[in-house]
Amino acid sequence: MTAIPDALPRAVRRESSMPTILTLAAKEIREGFRNRWVLATTLLLAALALTLALLGSAPTGTVGASRLDVVTVSLASLTIFLVPLIALLVSHDAIAGEAERGTLLLLLAYPVGRTAIILGKFAGQLAILAFATILGYGVAALAVGWNLGAAAWSAFAAMVGASILLGAVFLALGLLASTLVRQRSTAGGIAIGLWLFFVIIYDMAFLGLLVASGGHSLPPPLIDALLALNPTDAYRLLTLGAGAAGGLTGIGALAGHTALTPPILVAVLLAWTAAPLALAVLAFARREP
Amino acid sequence: MTETVALHGVTKAYGPIVAVRDLDLTLHEGEVVALVGHNGAGKTTQVKMILGLARPTSGTVRLLGADPAVDGIAVRARVGYLPESVSFHLAMTGRETLAFYARLKGVPLAELDRAFATVGLGAAADRAIGTYSKGMRQRLGLAQALLGNPRVLMLDEPTSGLDPALRREFYSIVAARAAEGATVLLASHALTELEGRADRVVIVNRGAKIADGTLDDLRSLARLPVQVRARPAGPFAADGWRRLADGSFETEVAPADKLALLARLLAQPGTLADLSVTEPTLDDLYAHFLHREAA
Repeated sequence: MTAIPDALPRAVRRESSMPTILTLAAKEIREGFRNRWVLATTLLLAALALTLALLGSAPTGTVGASRLDVVTVSLASLTIFLVPLIALLVSHDAIAGEAERGTLLLLLAYPVGRTAIILGKFAGQLAILAFATILGYGVAALAVGWNLGAAAWSAFAAMVGASILLGAVFLALGLLASTLVRQRSTAGGIAIGLWLFFVIIYDMAFLGLLVASGGHSLPPPLIDALLALNPTDAYRLLTLGAGAAGGLTGIGALAGHTALTPPILVAVLLAWTAAPLALAVLAFARREP
Repeated sequence: MTETVALHGVTKAYGPIVAVRDLDLTLHEGEVVALVGHNGAGKTTQVKMILGLARPTSGTVRLLGADPAVDGIAVRARVGYLPESVSFHLAMTGRETLAFYARLKGVPLAELDRAFATVGLGAAADRAIGTYSKGMRQRLGLAQALLGNPRVLMLDEPTSGLDPALRREFYSIVAARAAEGATVLLASHALTELEGRADRVVIVNRGAKIADGTLDDLRSLARLPVQVRARPAGPFAADGWRRLADGSFETEVAPADKLALLARLLAQPGTLADLSVTEPTLDDLYAHFLHREAA
C-alpha cells in the first residue's frame, strides 16, 4: 500500500471561495451533459421553437413585421410556460436530492463553504439553461433565415437574454425549495406549485381583477406593482411590450401606460433571482445535514 | 500522544430527542478507535459534531485544536470522512468523481493514480461508477476519504457489504494510515470484526458512552465466564457440569479460575477424550455491556 504524501499548502478557504464555486459549477454542468438533461432540454426547446417558427412565418405579410419578429414573439410566449418549468425541474433536486443520496453529508465534510455550494450549483445550472436556450432558440431563428435585419436580430437576442434571466429566477426559486425541505419529492411538489402559481394562477387572478374592475378603476401604480410581483409578467412586459413585438401583441397597449421601463423590468427580474438565492444561502447555513 | 479529537460533556438534542448525552471522548494521533453501538445509538451524530456539521446543544468539541463549528472550512481540509451510505453519480467515472473531491480539497490531480492504486481500483478508474460492484464503490469511497493524507480519518460502517478478503485489505490500509500518525475512528455496529483491528473500543448506547478501553480492558471489566467442554473417556465427576446430548459435559468458569480448573481436569491422564475452551466472543462482550446498561 503506497502512501499519498501530504498535499501542497492550501490557500485559506473562505465561505465562498471562487475556485470552489467553479469546481461545483463544472461538476453540475458535466453531470447535466452526462445525464442527457442538457440534450433533452435543448432538443425540446429546439423542436418547439422550430415548430413555432415554421408555423408562425405564414402571417407576416399582413402585419408588416419581420419574420424574425414573429419568431421572437412566439418564442417569448413559449418561454413563459416552458423555461420556468425546465428551471424548476433542474434545480429542485440540487440540495434535497444530494441529501437523499448521501453525497450532501460528504460534500459538507469537505473544506467547502455552504455559500459556495449554493452559488456553484446555481452557476452550473444557469450555464446549462443558457446553453439549451441559446442553442434551441438559435436554431429556430436560423431556420427562418439569417439575413433579417439588425433590429430584428437585436430584439431576438434581447428576448433570449430575458428568457435566460427568467430561467435564473426559477432556478433560484427551485434551489430555495430544495434547501428548505428534507425530501426530494417534497421539493418537486413545491416546484410544481410554484410553476402553477406564477405561470397560470396568478395571471388568471390578475385578469379576473382587471375584468371585474372594468379596466378603469385600477390605478396604474397598482397595476405596475401587480406586474412586478410576478416574474413571468415582468418578462412578458419586457419582451412583448417593446418595439416591433409590441405591435404584434396586446401587451403593447398595456406597456404604453406603465412606468415599468425595460431597465426597471430587468432590475425586477434580477431582484427576483437574488432574493431567493440569498434566502437559500441563509436557509442552507442553518440546515443540519 | 497528541490529542486530535476531544469532546467534553457533549449533549446533542433534536427537540425532545437526545441523540448524544453528556459524552466525553478523546482521540489521539496514531490511534485506531472503534465506536460501537446499535443503529441509532448516536454514532453518526457524534461524527457530524466532530466535523462541525452539527452544533452540540451543550459541551465543547475540538478537532485538531480548533472548534469545527467555527473554523470548519480550514480544519476539514485535514480530515477524511466516509459516510455510511453514499451513492456517487452512476454515469460519472471513478476518476471524474475522485478528481472533483481532490479539487475541493486542493489535492493535486497527479496524485489520483496513486490514490486509485492504494485502494486497488487502478484498472477501473476510467469506468463509469454504474459498472462498479458494491465493493468497488466502497473502495472509491475510501479513496476519497484518504485524499490529501488526512490527520483524522472517520469511517462510518466502512466494511458493510464487503467480503472477508476485501475487509482484511480495508483494515490493512487503515492500519497503515494509523502507523503514519493518523487518528482513525471506525463507527460500527458489529464488534466481531474489530478483534485485532482497533486499539480502543468505545461502546455507546442511546447516546451515552457505556464502555471505553482496549478489548482486553473490556474483557477483564466484564469478567464474562469462560465455557469449558469436556468429553470424558471413563467415569466423570459431573458436579456442577451440564450433560450434553453427545455425552460430553459443559460448565462455565470465571476467567480467574480457568487455569486451576484445566489443571485439575488434566491432572489424571486418560480420563478425558477431548477438551475445548471457548472464550467469550466480542458479541457476548457487547451484549454484556448493553444489558448492564439496561439493568
